[in-house]
Amino acid sequence: MSDSGTAERNSSTSAARKRWEPWNDPNERPHVQIANVTKRFGDFVAVDNISLDIYQREFFSLLGPSGCGKTTLLRMLAGFELPSDGQILLEGEDMSGVPPYQRPVNMMFQSYALFPHMNVETNIAFGLKQDGVPKPEIERRVAEVIDMVQLNAFARRKPHQLSGGQRQRVALARSLVKKPKMLLLDEPLGALDKNLRTQTQFELMNIQEETGITFVIVTHDQEEAMTVSSRIAVMDHGKIVQVSTPAELYEYPNSRYVADFIGEVNILEGRVAEREGDHLLVQSSEAGCTIKTGPSADEPAGRQVWIAIRPEKLNIALQAPPETGVNCLSGEVWDIGYLGNLSIYHVKLDSGKMVTATQANMARLIERPITWEDRVYLTWAPDAAVVLLN
Amino acid sequence: MPEPTEKTTPGAKIAYLAGGAASTGLIAGLHARLLLFPPYRLFVLALIRMGFSGRSLVIAVPYLWLLAFFLAPFLIVLKISLAEVVIAQPPYTPLFVFIEDGFIAIQASLDNYLFLMEDSLYWKSYLSSLRIAFISTGLTLLIGYPIAYGMIRAPKRWRFALLMMVILPFWTSFLIRVYAWIGILKKEGLLNLALMQLGIISEPLTILNTDIAVYIGIVYSYLPFMVLPLYANLEKMDLSLLEAAADLGCRPIKAFWVVTVPLSVPGIVAGCFLVFIPALGEFVIPDLLGGSQTLMIGKTLWSEFFNNRDWPLSSAVAVILLLVLVIPIVLFQRMQERSARAEA
Ligand SMILES: Nc1ncnc2c1ncn2[C@@H]1O[C@H](COP(=O)(O)OP(=O)(O)O)[C@@H](O)[C@H]1O
Ligand SMILES: [Mg+2]
Repeated sequence: MSDSGTAERNSSTSAARKRWEPWNDPNERPHVQIANVTKRFGDFVAVDNISLDIYQREFFSLLGPSGCGKTTLLRMLAGFELPSDGQILLEGEDMSGVPPYQRPVNMMFQSYALFPHMNVETNIAFGLKQDGVPKPEIERRVAEVIDMVQLNAFARRKPHQLSGGQRQRVALARSLVKKPKMLLLDEPLGALDKNLRTQTQFELMNIQEETGITFVIVTHDQEEAMTVSSRIAVMDHGKIVQVSTPAELYEYPNSRYVADFIGEVNILEGRVAEREGDHLLVQSSEAGCTIKTGPSADEPAGRQVWIAIRPEKLNIALQAPPETGVNCLSGEVWDIGYLGNLSIYHVKLDSGKMVTATQANMARLIERPITWEDRVYLTWAPDAAVVLLN
Repeated sequence: MPEPTEKTTPGAKIAYLAGGAASTGLIAGLHARLLLFPPYRLFVLALIRMGFSGRSLVIAVPYLWLLAFFLAPFLIVLKISLAEVVIAQPPYTPLFVFIEDGFIAIQASLDNYLFLMEDSLYWKSYLSSLRIAFISTGLTLLIGYPIAYGMIRAPKRWRFALLMMVILPFWTSFLIRVYAWIGILKKEGLLNLALMQLGIISEPLTILNTDIAVYIGIVYSYLPFMVLPLYANLEKMDLSLLEAAADLGCRPIKAFWVVTVPLSVPGIVAGCFLVFIPALGEFVIPDLLGGSQTLMIGKTLWSEFFNNRDWPLSSAVAVILLLVLVIPIVLFQRMQERSARAEA
C-alpha cells in the first residue's frame, strides 16, 4: 500500500529476499508439508500423488491450465476436501482430522463469497466473532485491515454496492483479519481488469511482506505467478511438473511443457551426436545445424532431445557469422512485429520450422533495417540453449 | 402491433403479449404475471381484437381485469352488506328504491356491521381464524423449511423427482385430498390402527373433529405454497458462502442460523404469506376435519349464508374478512416489489 517509505522498505526487503531461500536450507522446517496427496472424484484423479513443502513467509504459486487440479489442492489445504491418499501437515501436525472451521488457515474464494446480507465491516468481523474475540479488539483489528486495504470510505456498504475491485479487497481483508498461519488465495485477481490486476499484484506482495503470512495462491496466469511468487509449482493433469523460483523456471525449465507454459520459447528437436567436454553436440534437422549446448548432463548418443531457446536470446543479423555449422539458424523473415521497445521477428527456417526472435530496439535508426523476406542468421550463446528430455 | 398467429406456442404468445410491458412498473409487472393464467390471456386477446394495443393495452388490461373480476363483485357484496334480510327473491332489500315523483331513495344501514360487533360469535371467529392461520403458518414453516433445504442439498439428479413430489398432489382434487384425511384421522382410521398395532397407544386417539385435525389439514394442504418459494430462494444461494463461514471458524449448525436463514428471509416471508392468506379464510378444511367447537370465519360465513340465508350479514362478514386480509396482502405486495428491485 502506498505509505511513505514504501520504496525504501521494498528495496531493503527485496535485497534480503534474494538471499532468503529456506527451501535450500536443510535445517529449515517446512511450514506445510503435502505428502503424496491424491484426490479422486470417482474414477477421475484430480490431484495425482503430489508432494510439496512450503516454507514460512513464502509466496507460493500453484500455476497451471484450468482443470489441472489447482483449486482441488487448495481446497484440501483449507479442509473442504479430504485427500483420498496421503496427508497434509501444518507445522508438523496432521490436518486430516481437522475440519475447516478449526484450521488456522484462511481462504480467499475465487467468487469472493462475501456475505450479501452483511456490510463490509460485519463481513470482515465475522471470523473474529466466531472466535469469541472481545468486541473492542474486533473493532480495532477490523479498522486496521480496512485501513490496510483502503476501504475506509466503504465500511458500511453491502457487497452489492461495491465494485469488483472493492469486493476483492473486502474478501482479502476478511481472510487476513484472523492472522491465519497460511492464507490460501484462489485466482484472487481473476475477475479484475488488466490494470487493476497489475496494481493489485504489487499490493498483495506488500501485504504479504508486512504481515509475514505464508501465501499460497492459485493462478493460471504465468505472468502473475512470475511477478508475485517466491516459488512456483507448475501443474499439469493433477501432477506437479516443476517447482522452482520464477527465474529458474524461466531459465531452466525441466520439460517442454514448462518451457512452453512460461513465456515464449523456440523448441528445436534433435538427437545427441556426441559429448564434448561438458557440452553436448546435438544434431537437429529442424535447425539445419549442430547445436552446442551449455554445460549439461550426459546423454547417450542418438537420444532424442529438444532444445529450448528463448526468443530474446537469439541474435538476429543480416550477415552470416564466421562459422555457420554450429549454433546458427538461417532463414527468411516471415513476419515482423514492431512494439516500440522491442521488435519481434518470425523467421521461417530452411526446414520450414518457424522460430521467433526478439530484439531490443536500442539504436533509433539502423542503417539497413531488417525487413520482410530478408535472409537472416540467428545465433546464440551456447548456455542459452536448454536441453529438454520430454 | 401485428396480430399474433394462432399457431404460436403459448410461451411465445405470452412473450408477445408481455412485449408492451417493457416499460416496467407495478401494473406492467402484474400484467406480465397474469399472462401465465389462460383466462387472462384470452381476455387480453379479446381486447387486442377490439383494437387495444401497445402501452395502452398493458395499462388498461390489468385495470379492466381487476374492475371486472374484483372490484365489481366486491361492490355487489358491499351493497348487499348494507341491506336488510327479507324473505324474497333475492333475499335482501334493494339499495335503491323508486319512490313517487321520480325520486330515488337510498336504503342502506350499517346494522349488519353493528351486529357483527355486538355478537361475540363473529369477532371470536375472526380471532380464532387468525390464531389458527398463524399457528398453521408457523407449523408449515417448521415442516416446509427442512423439506426445501433437503431438496437443495439432495443430489442434483433427484431434484426434479423431489419437486414433482411436492407438486403432484395439486393434480388431484383438493376436496378429495381433504376427505382422505378423514379416513386417516378418524377413530378407526389408518393412523389409530397403525399406532395401536405398534403398541404405542391402547385407546384410539380422538383427532378428527378437533382443532388438531384442522391444523393437520391446513399444514398438509398448504405445504407446497411454503416449500416452493423457499426452494426457489434457497436454490439461488451460493453454497460457497457456507464454506466461507466454515473457513472463518463457524460451525455448520451456526452457519445455518447466521448465513442460510437470514439469506432465505424473502423465501420465508413469501411462503408465510402464501399460506397465511388463504388459511385465514379457509372453509373446507374446518368444515370437514374440524369439530363443532372449531371456529373459523369461513365456516361462520358459510353457515350464515346457506343455513340462515342471511345474505346481508354474511356479506358484511366477507367485507370485514377482506379488510383483515388487505393488511397482509399489501405487506406481501410491498415485499415482493422490494425483493424484485433488490434483484434488478
Ligand atoms: N467435486 C468434484 N467432483 C467431481 N469432479 C471434480 C470436483 N471438483 C473438481 N473436479 C474436477 O477436478 C478437475 C480439477 O478441478 P480444479 O481443481 O477445480 O481445477 P483448476 O482449479 O486447476 O481449474 C476438473 O476436471 C474438475 O472437473
Ligand atoms: Mg480453479
